[in-house]
Amino acid sequence: MARYEGRGMASVNYPIGMNLGGDPSQALIHSNPDGKFTVALSAIDLGQGMKQVSRQIAAETLGVPIEDVYVDTADSDTGPHDMGSFASRGTHRMGNAIIVAAREARGVLLEAAAEELEVDAGDLVTDGRGNIHVRGAPSRSITVKATAQAAQFKQGKTIAGRGIFLIPLSAVDAETGEMNPNTDFAHACLVADVAVDDETGEVEVLRMSSAYELGRVINPRMVEQQLVGGAWMGISHALYETPEPYYPDPAHGPRDFNEYLMPGPGEIAPYDVTVLERPAPDGPYGGKGPGEMCANPVLPAIANAVYNAVGVRVDELPITPEKILRGIRANGGARPGPRRGGAGAR
Amino acid sequence: MLDMRKDIFADERDDNLNVVGKGMQRQDMPGHVTGRTRYFDDHAFDGLLHLKVLRSPHAHARIRAIDVAAAERAPGVKRVLRGRDVPVNKNTLLSLIGFGKDDEPTLAVDKVSYKGEPIVAIIAESEAQALAAKKLVRVDYEPLPAVFDVEEALKPGAPVVNETYPGNYFEYHERFDHQKLRFGDVERAFASADSVHEHRYQMSPIEHAPTETNGSIAAPEQNGRFVVHSCAQGLFFALGTAAKIVGVESNRLHFIGGTVGGGFGGKVDTLTETLAVLGAMLTGRPVRYVLDREEEMLYGSPRGAERIYIKDGLMRDGRIVARSIRSYFDAGAYTRLSSYAAIKCTAHLPGPYWIPNVASDVYVAYTNRCPSTAMRGFGVTAVDFALEVQMDRLAEAAGIDPMEFRLLHAYRDGDMKAHRRVAKNTALIECVQVAAENSRWPLSEQGKRQSSLSGGAGERGQIPATVLDARGQIGRPETRSSGPTQTLPAGTMRIAPSKRPVTEGARDGRAAPTQVPRYEPARTSPPSAPPPYQPAAPVYAPSPSYQPASQQPAPYQPPAAPSAPPPAAPAQTQHGATRFSSVFGTRRR
Repeated sequence: MARYEGRGMASVNYPIGMNLGGDPSQALIHSNPDGKFTVALSAIDLGQGMKQVSRQIAAETLGVPIEDVYVDTADSDTGPHDMGSFASRGTHRMGNAIIVAAREARGVLLEAAAEELEVDAGDLVTDGRGNIHVRGAPSRSITVKATAQAAQFKQGKTIAGRGIFLIPLSAVDAETGEMNPNTDFAHACLVADVAVDDETGEVEVLRMSSAYELGRVINPRMVEQQLVGGAWMGISHALYETPEPYYPDPAHGPRDFNEYLMPGPGEIAPYDVTVLERPAPDGPYGGKGPGEMCANPVLPAIANAVYNAVGVRVDELPITPEKILRGIRANGGARPGPRRGGAGAR
Repeated sequence: MLDMRKDIFADERDDNLNVVGKGMQRQDMPGHVTGRTRYFDDHAFDGLLHLKVLRSPHAHARIRAIDVAAAERAPGVKRVLRGRDVPVNKNTLLSLIGFGKDDEPTLAVDKVSYKGEPIVAIIAESEAQALAAKKLVRVDYEPLPAVFDVEEALKPGAPVVNETYPGNYFEYHERFDHQKLRFGDVERAFASADSVHEHRYQMSPIEHAPTETNGSIAAPEQNGRFVVHSCAQGLFFALGTAAKIVGVESNRLHFIGGTVGGGFGGKVDTLTETLAVLGAMLTGRPVRYVLDREEEMLYGSPRGAERIYIKDGLMRDGRIVARSIRSYFDAGAYTRLSSYAAIKCTAHLPGPYWIPNVASDVYVAYTNRCPSTAMRGFGVTAVDFALEVQMDRLAEAAGIDPMEFRLLHAYRDGDMKAHRRVAKNTALIECVQVAAENSRWPLSEQGKRQSSLSGGAGERGQIPATVLDARGQIGRPETRSSGPTQTLPAGTMRIAPSKRPVTEGARDGRAAPTQVPRYEPARTSPPSAPPPYQPAAPVYAPSPSYQPASQQPAPYQPPAAPSAPPPAAPAQTQHGATRFSSVFGTRRR
């Protein structure tokens, strides 16, 4: 009896935002009298980092330091309407709404600064460190804080902005399926290396590596945690999870984490991710979003790696030891496929 | 672990932003790692009541009688809710955007269609008292035959799972029992192919298993309003759904959430908010309704299983000339979001590849299991599994390396997709190349030279003449095998091309449209010149579309009548439903 190593791959794309559009997001931004900004939303942070993505996009557009921006979400009395955190839409839809709102607030900020400096607002730039100065003349400057104080107590201006982003809803043709489903796609290709035991039918994921194209990366550390966490979910979907192991027979029905199989710490595989950025023309700073797709290529890559290892195609998920052993028996033994590439990932 | 390849697509980007692109710590991270972040269940209320529901033990049964008398007298019980106490006891989630027929009760009245369907809600002083009282409810069931297989459910004579859709399928466009995709002539292409490969794939149902189970707390405020601490993934989605079902204006509900302990799609369904609000209204006290782990696992609406048949026509040189797909979404007993997922699936086909002839029939089938719902990538995840295993099979059949086979078929800028829109901003080829490089998977020199920027468009950018059919008419299963009706001429488009995204901002009360945030890199050389990569100018200039007003104060003008609505009050129970024309499914009237 032996352990066979195999390697498989898969390549996928993924649409950004609700299919067909019609899913608006709104944002409101205002400054306190010291030039500190609050972004009011009704977006949801599920742990994916919605608040921080919103915060970085707002700070970038306003031209102020990140510490001067906090995101307040979600309260239906203060946060304007947002469709929700699903369909990989948060970064793209809400990010764009925030840019619109922040541009408006920035416009008032520069106008107030121009009045204090007695220059044209069009000649002003921000340095991202809390100062506004005349382009090419850094000495002619005023702080964001002094500007906000002047706007509030001298000029009577509200440094605030509102934004909405909406991709108009598309119809669908009944006969051809013609539609405008979405405007952007993210892309990925993933390679999985597995070992399959032909006596127990168990699969061990040895390592994975992938390339993801996600448009502009807003925060690389959060992209990493999304992609790594999602890959774990992909391993889990591919090899372990099901409430109905003999679907469509509804029997079993797990009640807790003892009865519902998921990989534990011992099943986590080393994983290397490389990220490419092809900016989306209508994305916030070109951003798309890694939200949902990060599990998708793992399922078929593991299935293809199992086939490469022992010659068994398991077309019904999850790929359980039982299914592998039945396949090996039907084939009269393991049938390893051709070796692909050098030893292991980077 | 994470590596950035800034050299690829560098001329489409400037990399001189201040904040965007930086791996900064999240504003909420210290709270998360010190356990101080407040989730919905971290809000304490005096006099908090607890709600628990009695669920059906049968997959399919008629309810002859419900007797709650003993439960109502049980210690600590404040109120027992039945279907007749729910003001609008039939709903479908997408009614908020105007689609689908209301098909799901909050509390079952005369029939249960899945094991675990809620029938009676008990509100008591403690969870233990609510659970004890639950055991005192007597329900007289008449078990009915049940169906669990999607294809069995679609056969004439199958038990009717969902009376709103008596054929056990979601009805598309008031015409068909499935959603069609038709592009070219797959039958003719299969006839000319060197080989035809057909395989069946089966996705499993999957549980979301969030750390924080679904739940909410609703409490009366002092002004006729109710505050709701919610774990919803769509705050206004949950608010709108609860307002509709309990029959109040949306501004009487004040939803607070936004910090959620894992969702993955399992917190889109408004599973608990409605009954918590109704309980708070009827008792005048705060009501907490939280699923325990067993309920979350068994009845918290899973990822739906999908069954997918893929048939491909392959030439000896490795070209795929036709791809035909038949797919069945297992919706469980009620629609929830499966109708949407099937359309998303249709838009995704035939995968990220250019194939000249494509057809698909995607069905949403009702079965006697817990309604399925959104889960990370639903509509795409399962079909990606099927497509990519199928691609592996075809590569082997054609004797081509799987990576090279993907490069051969990868879609490129300018290619026509099967839903009749041109691909742009594509990058599959580059992902394959980088993944191959990283894993030392050898590629041919020709494979390494491929690019998403070239090789598409031209012949690949055309809409072919397309064979249409009227197979699968609603209520007429005998039409599922009928023949073609007509051929649509090449180039035909029936749906208005995508409108540009719209945005709006205003100040000083004057409506002032702002530009759509359209990302274009700041270029340091004229765009006409060949674009060698150069680092962009070191000073970030965000080029705001805002034009400062003239220095003279503008005379006061009252806001124009049709200007934007007050920004803080956009919540309507029907989110602009009347504006939308028929998109899919049955239009709400």
